[in-house]
Amino acid sequence: MSIIQTSEPSAPRKSALPKAAGKVATSFVVILTTLLGLMMITFTVGRMVPADPVIAVIGDQADQATYDRVYKEMGLDRPIYVQFAGYLSDVVRLDFGQSIITKQPVSTDLARVFPATIELATLATIIGAGLGIPLGVIAAVRKGTWVDHVARVVGLLGYSTPIFWLGTIVILVFYAHLGAIPPGGRIYLYDEGIVQARTNFILIDAALGGHWDVFRSALHHIIAPAVILGYASMAYLSRMTRSFMLEQMRQEYILTARAKGLGQRPIVWRHAFRNIRVQLLTVIALAYCGLLDGTVLIETVFAWPGLGSYLTSALFFADMNAVLGSVLLIGIISIAINLLSDIVYRFIDPRTR
Amino acid sequence: MANTSDTILTVENMSVEFPTLSGVTTAVRDVSFTVGREKIGIIGESGSGKSTTGRAIMRLQPPQAIVKANRMQFEDIDLLTASEEEMRSIRGRRIAMILQDPKYSLNPVMTVGEQISETVILHERATSQEARSRTLAMLERVNIRDPERVFDLYPHEVSGGMGQRIMISMMLIAQPSLIIADEPTSALDVTVRQQVLSILDDLVVERNIGLIFISHDLNLVRSFCDRVIIMYAGRVVETIAAADLDQAQHPYTRGLLNALPSLDHPKDRLEVLRRDPAWLEN
Repeated sequence: MSIIQTSEPSAPRKSALPKAAGKVATSFVVILTTLLGLMMITFTVGRMVPADPVIAVIGDQADQATYDRVYKEMGLDRPIYVQFAGYLSDVVRLDFGQSIITKQPVSTDLARVFPATIELATLATIIGAGLGIPLGVIAAVRKGTWVDHVARVVGLLGYSTPIFWLGTIVILVFYAHLGAIPPGGRIYLYDEGIVQARTNFILIDAALGGHWDVFRSALHHIIAPAVILGYASMAYLSRMTRSFMLEQMRQEYILTARAKGLGQRPIVWRHAFRNIRVQLLTVIALAYCGLLDGTVLIETVFAWPGLGSYLTSALFFADMNAVLGSVLLIGIISIAINLLSDIVYRFIDPRTR
Repeated sequence: MANTSDTILTVENMSVEFPTLSGVTTAVRDVSFTVGREKIGIIGESGSGKSTTGRAIMRLQPPQAIVKANRMQFEDIDLLTASEEEMRSIRGRRIAMILQDPKYSLNPVMTVGEQISETVILHERATSQEARSRTLAMLERVNIRDPERVFDLYPHEVSGGMGQRIMISMMLIAQPSLIIADEPTSALDVTVRQQVLSILDDLVVERNIGLIFISHDLNLVRSFCDRVIIMYAGRVVETIAAADLDQAQHPYTRGLLNALPSLDHPKDRLEVLRRDPAWLEN
């Protein structure tokens, strides 16, 4: 770390490589520290909640002798730091332990449920960004006109509507009354087991296997939750885009562009929009991270077998291995997304190079 | 020297008003002047309406502003009735504007070359190949060594002086006949100021075009311009040949001149400008 700070900012390009290596090393240390902290907190909280993991395994009808035996088997009699060290050494070997509910390794469970959440969050983000960004740009350019007001109302509704309520209403209207969508789940029951699970992303697996009927079935199921999440994401992204654009349109270089004789469209898209890409990427990455662990409500409403549902039931049953594994995964993914957006900045903003 | 009889721009009784919640604020009131193939300075303190005047000529005033005039004639074009589309083909091609600080007036995420080429591509429908060679030639014309390298630089990678020369190339590449320079050297070091000015001067004289030089630097305008318009509170108080500035009649101009320190006649205490409400009357 000290090497980076003492190196001259105006150093010739030759030193760029060791500098980059130093940067990578630094961020690696930061990431490991973050993950360690995350695990420590989750582990401690998990051991302190009043739920009893032993009861979760043996049920509340078992006798005291069985209870004591299982208590010892699970290592709960050892001091908490010993337990934590044991857990850590397992995690390093990518062993997250077994889930009490599913009786399967947590890693296997995560490989099954996490793609479902990613699928949902990704589609929602595509919908949210695809609609929200143009809406925000138009609202900024036509500030104060009816377009702006409509965008504001749409955004406000998106902010303030509780997702679980919207989900229930959508099921009520589109499933119960119109029959246009399935009530929940990822695919129809009769489509289950047809597709060979390669990536656990059902849309991708179905497309790879050429099962277009399953693909349609999956699309049919994902559309309602994805649109609802996407709407919330759109509300957020359009407001952010609007304020970023307004800030840019006030800048002096916009006057330069107008003095050059450019029309509105190139000024907005070629000049102003190019300048907000970095900020936009940041909020999209944040919104995406938020969706990965924030889909709990919508997954519950739509019986979506994703990480949110998994984590919720794990918490209910004090399935601490599953909780820890899920939290760790969310942490890793959040860090990875932020790291990725850091890398992409370098490509789109010349000032960070 | 330049032929001053050939009028490029005529402005008669131009006013710029800003409607606000507490009534109409008049930023520029009944301003009249003509610009020929000459360098004309507009001088005044902050808020005197000099920048607003410059922008109103290009119809680049803020959207809420109202520009009124008896006549605004630029060459064969009536700026009062020209459509927005016509204005777009005039801006950058026939009237260009140089802004104060290249740190803010250049787009930070576009390369220098891209920004200069954009003007040529826009107005002359040049291919990017032609635009590139035109840009490189123009960069060379403003004394930038190694234009090939500078072409691919971003604004934050060039110095202020070079940035302003880039701004000049961007605005002069399409051969406009009138340039409005809004404090083009105020953000620059004194050492590079002269350099940038002489480049601008060369181009204006060489192409025999008009220059409106907006500034608050009296000495600079005196030595650089042919004629000087002195503005106060949105009005033109005096128009005078730069060489005759010492014989200025208006008390405001006299006050400005007296407030200047001089190496030849050192003073303990500079005169403070005394404002007369009567200046606002005429």
